[in-house]
Amino acid sequence: MRIRIPSALRSYTAGAPLVEGRGATLADMLADLDARFPGIRFRIVDEQDRIRPHIRFFAGEALAKTVAQPLGEDDEVMIVCALSGG
Amino acid sequence: MIANGKLTLMVGTKKGAFFLHENNGQWQLDDPHFLGHVVHHVVLDPRDGQTLLAAASTGHLGPTVFRSTDGGKKWTEAERPPAFPKAPEGEKAPSVLNVFWLAPGHASQKNVWWAGTAPHALFRSEDGGVTWLELAAFRTYLQSLPRADVSFGATPGGAITHSILIDTRQARHMYVSLSGGGIFETHDEGSTWKPLNQGVAMDFLPAGTELPPYGHDPHCVILHPANPDRLYQQNHCGFYRLDRPSERWERIGNNLPKEIGDIGFSVVAHPRDPDMVWMFPMDGTTVWPRTSPGGKPAVYRSKDGGRSWERQDRGLPARGAYWTVLRQAMIGHGDGPVRLTFGTTSGEVWTSPNNGESWSRIAEHLPYIQSVTAAAL
Repeated sequence: MRIRIPSALRSYTAGAPLVEGRGATLADMLADLDARFPGIRFRIVDEQDRIRPHIRFFAGEALAKTVAQPLGEDDEVMIVCALSGG
Repeated sequence: MIANGKLTLMVGTKKGAFFLHENNGQWQLDDPHFLGHVVHHVVLDPRDGQTLLAAASTGHLGPTVFRSTDGGKKWTEAERPPAFPKAPEGEKAPSVLNVFWLAPGHASQKNVWWAGTAPHALFRSEDGGVTWLELAAFRTYLQSLPRADVSFGATPGGAITHSILIDTRQARHMYVSLSGGGIFETHDEGSTWKPLNQGVAMDFLPAGTELPPYGHDPHCVILHPANPDRLYQQNHCGFYRLDRPSERWERIGNNLPKEIGDIGFSVVAHPRDPDMVWMFPMDGTTVWPRTSPGGKPAVYRSKDGGRSWERQDRGLPARGAYWTVLRQAMIGHGDGPVRLTFGTTSGEVWTSPNNGESWSRIAEHLPYIQSVTAAAL
């Protein structure tokens, strides 16, 4: 699957806005992503597996509310930082 | 703290870290580090004189710790930042909101670091800040205390654990402070704890309430580097000194002018003279603006352990300056005259090379300053 990386996280992907990934669930995909780009998972999902407050994951066009969200092999996953505040 | 090399002031702000280098009396501002990150603390390891740790987060991304071994030219993120253990399925458990305070371990414990977080917790690293584990005994102890639910409150920035102090004579003897919650002491490097808050006011409780042993609000506590039996504390409710083995704090802030008061966040000790101490008073009246009283900023110094105080404001604005200086944002160091430096939440850095006798501004227009530390880089 393809994963779209927001600009705030591209320091982990050597600047790449789009990376390949795999996993049957969002949790699996994040584990795979973190293995290749260490540290990226903890910035967007906390130690209790809660998606951080200003982070959103979209699988296709569906909003993933937990890391248990199933993913399809051909899904495109978009990670969104909901920029706000001053 | 400062060995060979050029003096560098490391300023942690809500929008990144900024390094100021001294060069023949002039101050040069580097490009920002971690621009856009909320930087709570940047600390040099005095044991090797070159390792820097920085506690950072953003408004969107989670908290982490960065590490540099080349004076901040290159930073590497911790492999395992401070994080609580994953709770069993169905059980509630906290997450680290931010890493607020960083403290190098005892001189005899190379590579040991401590971190205080929001919510209240202590983390320890034994590999120079690369990986961190929670000292579970501390949080377990806090949760075991009667009325813990109401005693360990939060500041607007969270329930922060700070002022991690280690007795220079004994690595196992430590003090840790909570805002809010009070000061706690351990003699076994964190296995067991006891509160140390006698004599400290809690003006936020109803009048006549019998004061509990904890639940206080220390803003900043220091252990004197030349006399580890002496502590100074800037509390939400006054300024205090404690001389061990006594367990009762004395409110030496009562000796400040009444129109100034003894409310503030920061406290700085002279590196060698245990009787000399500085504080930065702020307005604690009415709705607690906690800005310079009357818009006239000044540092106050005591040369006699807080029995008397003198105002030091030469070079500071005479009026119209409503400054706030936070608990991590005032420092003092130097082998000769003490260089004092503070940063304001309005983004100015001021320094005095002569024990606070005179002041000059060395940076302005920075973001909201949360911390100032010094290193020779």
